[in-house]
Amino acid sequence: MTTFNAAVLGAAGGIGQPLSLLLKMNPLVKNLNLYDVVNTPGVAADLGHICTGAKVSGFVGDAQLRDALKDRDVVIIPAGVPRKPGMTRDDLFNVNAGIIKTLATACAEVCPKACFLIISNPVNSTVPIFAEVLKKAGVYNPKKLFGVTTLDLVRARTFVAEAKGADVTKVNVPVIGGHSGATIVPLLSQSGFEFSQDEIDKLTHRIQFGGDEVVKAKDGAGSATLSMAYAAVEFASDVLKALAGEEVVVCTYVDASAQGGKTAYFAHLVKLGKEGVAEILPVPSLSDHEKKLLETANAQLITNIESATT
Amino acid sequence: MFTRTGARMFAASNTLLHKVAVLGAAGGIGQPLSLLMKNSMLTSDLTLYDIVNTPGVAADLSHICTPAKVTGFMGDDIGAALKGRDVVIIPAGVPRKPGMTRDDLFNTNASIVKKLAEACAQHCPNAAFLIISNPVNSTVPIFAETLKKAGVYNPAKLFGVTTLDLVRARTFVAELKGADVNKVCVPVVGGHSGATIVPILSQCGFTFTDDEIAQLTHRIQFGGDEVVKAKAGAGSATLSMAYAGAQFAFRLMAAMNGEKDVVECTFVESKVNELPFFSSPVRLGKNGVEEILPVPEHSAYEAGLMEACMKDLKGNIEKGVQFANSA
Repeated sequence: MTTFNAAVLGAAGGIGQPLSLLLKMNPLVKNLNLYDVVNTPGVAADLGHICTGAKVSGFVGDAQLRDALKDRDVVIIPAGVPRKPGMTRDDLFNVNAGIIKTLATACAEVCPKACFLIISNPVNSTVPIFAEVLKKAGVYNPKKLFGVTTLDLVRARTFVAEAKGADVTKVNVPVIGGHSGATIVPLLSQSGFEFSQDEIDKLTHRIQFGGDEVVKAKDGAGSATLSMAYAAVEFASDVLKALAGEEVVVCTYVDASAQGGKTAYFAHLVKLGKEGVAEILPVPSLSDHEKKLLETANAQLITNIESATT
Repeated sequence: MFTRTGARMFAASNTLLHKVAVLGAAGGIGQPLSLLMKNSMLTSDLTLYDIVNTPGVAADLSHICTPAKVTGFMGDDIGAALKGRDVVIIPAGVPRKPGMTRDDLFNTNASIVKKLAEACAQHCPNAAFLIISNPVNSTVPIFAETLKKAGVYNPAKLFGVTTLDLVRARTFVAELKGADVNKVCVPVVGGHSGATIVPILSQCGFTFTDDEIAQLTHRIQFGGDEVVKAKAGAGSATLSMAYAGAQFAFRLMAAMNGEKDVVECTFVESKVNELPFFSSPVRLGKNGVEEILPVPEHSAYEAGLMEACMKDLKGNIEKGVQFANSA
């Protein structure tokens, strides 16, 4: 079995730690570098005791960032600050934009051919920011840059299964667009279930604001960490399987400038392969309700992307 | 429509599902442990209990697309958290700081474990209890005495989780020998702290120099200290403990479901020697402990380790029993 070198940037954080645990447990990972501005030696010592094949190393502080990125096939980035109650993902922009720029600069220098999986919010903007840094360095490959939207898909499955009393492991709901509030467009019409308009409205809202649900329940103690780790590793596993030669279809936020859509970046149904993005699939046929959602999503996405590229 | 690929195990058609509680679910071990239990197809229902933050942790975990229903309980609601449970995993308590032994935690953690045992005795006496709270050598006897007082003690269902020592033994031996860690197996018997941890390296199929044996033994015995030191005040092993705790829980649940020949080292009430509690290989089954297997054959060096183990462990156990019977 082909195995890969991974790095987690932000590995000591609320998402980073459980995410690193799940990666350490994943048989597709042979080497795992954990980077953060604090605490990574401790996290690495902890994870290093687990009896699975991946070798774990900790790197701490800016001086060690480039060492952490050496020879990486996949770089997963949850680094940044989380939301507090009342905040939108956009409110995080200023702090997290700076962090992402720093990390992108190092990635461009050390491992430009890696796949980059961006979790840091607001994803709608941090992905374009990352792209701009890579473009400036002359190493941008749009097939290898992904905004992780998988948690929206995970939530869609869970909420639909709950609403329909269905087996959640058999529920599939594509989610396209972006990764915040009204930019999230769940395609319930593609799920195989019938819904009343009321159910559609409620489910759509819940999927779009699932993150707020957790921020509120945590009451100042943070945002989704464990479910984000779960979702990120589901996506990372799919990327690794694709790099190993399997054909995998996912939803993910990618450079869509060649698609002729309204926005330069968009979460599409994407076929992954050895080179990263193998093919961006056409948007499925949408219900009238979904067409409206898409309009709203596009308008907001344009703003999110503009604020990143200026 | 695209297919879901993520790593999901599908339960066999006759697999039983389990109602699991994690007491201490909002803590450093509790959160990743709860994540691993939520991810498991063996879990149908997961309750999370702690003195703070559990509603938030439960909301977070409940979004994950696996079948287990997740509910959070806090403070006085422990009865509701324990209702109907058949597996209760207990990581609750305070962790070590650099320079501390697991015994230094005794005063704080003994009271916590006693209280939780009283609640378990009242609300789910027939559950399997997996004790992670340190010092395990003492908290397990405390739990037993408390269940006895309530007239509900079943020694086949009380387990001190020593799995992290076995996990460490496998990792350290594989590292040293450049071996595939998935093919390494090292029995570890005795207790769960320092010199009470007795790795039986003579039984793992590799040859070692005396120096290697001494180094490996020390590293396995003090692996916990290694992490406490590396974390420099930020805590003790959390992620590896969550991994080990979950692995033991999965093996127990598989055995409870009828899987044959599930043998794990675990700290249980035992007659393998003169101590009332001891960790040796245990065959698990539908009703918990099915058969306690003898301590494996071991070398003269390991016999020496056993002697040191017995001394310390005797004191740890007595300390626990005394505490439970005092208040």
